[in-house]
Amino acid sequence: MLDLTHETPKPKTIAGARHDWELVIGMEVHAQVASNAKLFSGASTRFGAEPNANVSFVDAAMPGMLPVINEFCVEQAVRTGLGLKAAINLNSAFDRKNYFYPDLPQGYQISQLYHPIVGEGEVLVEMGPGVARLVRIERIHLEQDAGKSVHDMDPNMSFVDLNRTGVALMEIVSRPDIRGPEEAAAYIAKLRQILRYLGTCDGNMQNGNLRADVNVSICRPGAYEKYQETQDFSHLGTRCEIKNMNSMRFIQQAIEVEARRQIAIVEAGGKVDQETRLYDPDKGETRSMRSKEEAHDYRYFPDPDLLPLEIEQAWVDAIADALPELPDARKARYMADFGLTDYDATVLTAEKENAAFFEAVAEGRDGKMAANWILNELFGRLKKDDSDISQSPLTPAQLGGLIDLIAAGDISGKIAKDVFAILYDEGGDAAQIVEARGLRQVTDTGAIEAEVDKVIAANPAQVEKARANPKLAGWFVGQVMKATGGKANPAAVNQLVSAKLGL
Amino acid sequence: MMEDLNRLSLSEARDALRRRDTTAEAITRACLEAIDAAGALNAFVHKTPELAVARARAADARLATGDAPDMCGLPVGIKDLFCTRGVASQAGSRILEGFVPEYESTVSQKLADDGAVMLGKLNMDEFAMGSSNETSVYGNAVNPWRRGNDETALTPGGSSGGSAAAVAADLCLAATGTDTGGSIRQPAAFTGTVGIKPTYGRCSRWGIVAFASSLDQAGPMTKTVRDAAIMLRAMSGHDPKDSTSAQLPVPDFEAALTGDIRGKTIGIPREYRMDGMPDEIEALWTRGREMMQDAGARIVDISLPHTKYALPAYYVIAPAEASSNLARYDGVRYGHRAALAQGDGITEMYEKTRAEGFGPEVQRRVMIGTYVLSAGFYDAYYNRARKVRTLIKRDFETVFAEGVDAILTPATPSAAFGLGEMADADPVRMYLNDVFTVTVNLAGLPGIAVPAGLDRQGLPLGLQLIGRPWEEGALLNAAFAVERAAGFVAKPAKWW
Amino acid sequence: MDVRMSIDASTAARVAKLARIRVEEAALPALADEFNTILGFIEQLGEVDIDGVEPMVSVTPQRLRMRADEVSDGAQADKVLSNAPDAREGFFAVPKVVE
Repeated sequence: MLDLTHETPKPKTIAGARHDWELVIGMEVHAQVASNAKLFSGASTRFGAEPNANVSFVDAAMPGMLPVINEFCVEQAVRTGLGLKAAINLNSAFDRKNYFYPDLPQGYQISQLYHPIVGEGEVLVEMGPGVARLVRIERIHLEQDAGKSVHDMDPNMSFVDLNRTGVALMEIVSRPDIRGPEEAAAYIAKLRQILRYLGTCDGNMQNGNLRADVNVSICRPGAYEKYQETQDFSHLGTRCEIKNMNSMRFIQQAIEVEARRQIAIVEAGGKVDQETRLYDPDKGETRSMRSKEEAHDYRYFPDPDLLPLEIEQAWVDAIADALPELPDARKARYMADFGLTDYDATVLTAEKENAAFFEAVAEGRDGKMAANWILNELFGRLKKDDSDISQSPLTPAQLGGLIDLIAAGDISGKIAKDVFAILYDEGGDAAQIVEARGLRQVTDTGAIEAEVDKVIAANPAQVEKARANPKLAGWFVGQVMKATGGKANPAAVNQLVSAKLGL
Repeated sequence: MMEDLNRLSLSEARDALRRRDTTAEAITRACLEAIDAAGALNAFVHKTPELAVARARAADARLATGDAPDMCGLPVGIKDLFCTRGVASQAGSRILEGFVPEYESTVSQKLADDGAVMLGKLNMDEFAMGSSNETSVYGNAVNPWRRGNDETALTPGGSSGGSAAAVAADLCLAATGTDTGGSIRQPAAFTGTVGIKPTYGRCSRWGIVAFASSLDQAGPMTKTVRDAAIMLRAMSGHDPKDSTSAQLPVPDFEAALTGDIRGKTIGIPREYRMDGMPDEIEALWTRGREMMQDAGARIVDISLPHTKYALPAYYVIAPAEASSNLARYDGVRYGHRAALAQGDGITEMYEKTRAEGFGPEVQRRVMIGTYVLSAGFYDAYYNRARKVRTLIKRDFETVFAEGVDAILTPATPSAAFGLGEMADADPVRMYLNDVFTVTVNLAGLPGIAVPAGLDRQGLPLGLQLIGRPWEEGALLNAAFAVERAAGFVAKPAKWW
Repeated sequence: MDVRMSIDASTAARVAKLARIRVEEAALPALADEFNTILGFIEQLGEVDIDGVEPMVSVTPQRLRMRADEVSDGAQADKVLSNAPDAREGFFAVPKVVE
């Protein structure tokens, strides 16, 4: 069983002019399903195509066109639900959300208001070793993405590209359980991590494949606890929704800025209006999107072009059985099986590619040693090159070969670092490099002894000093290592130096 | 050489083609001539003579191989609601002005695949919203039938008015129609033709301009019941592009036409006896009952208690769906876009485009639909109507479970009325035209209108038979028995 | 029915706005009257006892079929744009949308 006991982090407090305020945050995360084709049409989801190239007549809402659902997208929503320990609804249905916008060709978005495919779940968001927030998930539903309007190509016209229209999104709706900007960012990061482990969304925030609407409100200390006891929202402040955020940094900034705006209003005796706002990172402020508010009557009703979506428990069970190990479980396993620290396990499980690399290296080797080499040497070098594990020139087999040489005592740690650099820059096999370049560690005591004798004989003054202060013996070790080009076995050198000096 | 080839029924033409008595091209040319001479009926609104002749020649070649489907070489008209590749498809609306689809509706494609020859597109009420073909952007279609020597122009009914007029006037051998609340059966009854709305899901809706998705069904409009059986078979079948299309085999409906209805139980629903129903309709219904009894059927009185609420439920559900289905007509991707004034933005573009592009009836229904779905009214109107719909369907299920094979009703509450006669009436009076037909759409059942007699003024009247779901074969056979017993052979006198 | 409605001109205007159909001010009262006639007719539904009745979801008893995740459509921007009232550089062009 997973040990997920943790302490709850303190909510973020902002000091107002009069008193302290706490933040309450809920999020609606839109995660693009990693499918080949769209939710209701056979057009491609590929990013970066020519305008309107990935558009079927269904996406363009040509007269008489009808939606047909993509099974893979349904499966990914179920998989995501299972990954978030959520209830899967075997019966769900699609509704139309009606509004007019040029990038919404049908005049409605097909979504799931009344009967979502996934019900309540949860996400554990670590804020540090042993400290975590459990964020409740209210629901996940499938819906269509909208197209894209380009406003800067012409002074009087907007240009509409429907490539994105109809791409499948999973909207993951949290309860207002997030209590600060850092928690919000950590929540997104955790969600992204889980989605990527599941393979249901590529998590690419830059391309907009993962983005969030953030609901922010403020309350006095103590009010949130009352809400928790009663689930009565009246204990909380009026919330504003900041739309369409696709950067963790901006999400944090926007929450902070929005909370301060609300505090200023309330402390001045005003009232926060419930509305949709947009974050402007250049100005560092949120502003109202009145245009969206104007006709805020979506007239949801069940889509008559689609029948209710019924799925079988057996199908759900099969998806559950094929679920990969998820980050929490994997981290716990790394700590238990490999003796890794919480920190090291966290870093290695952050991206599934890291974890896969680690496991390949650790297979049949010392896990801690593998972790150290990956975290310190490999990640250090990748970071320096502004690269990541997916572009690592070093394979797990290469690094594993290097670690094998260290474990066998064939090379010292210092030489290993040199070999690592050669492997990284030039490629090759660690054992061959060591052999070809004569880097093998000298373990022949006779040869080492001769070197020790030479150094002692050449430095009588140092010998005197070392005999008075044994700590100085290290100088002799260093000299011997230098003389052997680092190839001498350091343990053997140490032992011989001590013996010869009579320490 | 055969005469008056355009007057042939589908089955006659099919058989003649197989006997090599004539050619598809000859029949097609006869129809094209008849169409050109029938401008006064305003039935065909987009003609495709070159395409028709080309297809007819291809059909003749196929027929010559001796292996051709029933519909091969038979010229038909296609309702303007069907999208046809490369041919204007406007749904009778200004908002689709200039729209030429890059795709072909599944139903018209199936007909084309079988070798049927499209003569052109047929007039209809705008977006199929109407019962008189008076809401069309093309102007009224005119019924070839007249009240004796009275020259008053009559409606062919609606929304498939052009289809009904064209078939009745022998401009084509048959036509496609669509039926959301009675739009095949009411015009068929008004023009002395046969029209069947199959079970919901029998014909694909893909490529047919949507009015109310949960109610819309395509069907054939023909000169005889046999023709309806032949053409329905060609139009039917599962379509993976329509999620509501039924994955069921399509039987040979024509083979079901034995005319033998002995031992069948025919229900007469008492709720269809409406206050103020004209005597002639009443008498027709009684005669229908007697004809079926004489043919050996067992007649039982039945009750469909929620009938009265079908029309009000329909006028919530259909406009609600339409308000959403018609949101795509926004002037962005196809069709009409209003000329804009200086400073007009996107909202003005929408509002002006839709005000100019939609006629008054469509505007009215879109707005009613918008209203019944709007915040605070959804449960009171839309959800309530859906619950009533459940009850209406249950009424039918109950009588079918009790052994009723088909239900006999009048098709319409009156014969064809004069164009313009309802102009000053409130919209609800026009809606009452669908009072006998709309229950069938709400319950998703098959229904057929068969001509069964003439009224005193010489206008055709139709009876409606309602069947069990997916049992169009048995329904057509019952209609076949009525058709034979009624012996309806009248044709409108040619005045156009 | 518990909704007692009588639609006035301002409600008609709101509905027209929601439906994005321009209706001239002068035409609103007549429109409201028409709505009231139709809604008055619909009101009859209030007489029906609907306790415990499920709203109809679909007349077809079958379940929703799903398609495979294959790219089978698209790569036809010319056809997608061929009917557009205003298309430029591969895009649909509309009057400036102000956010």
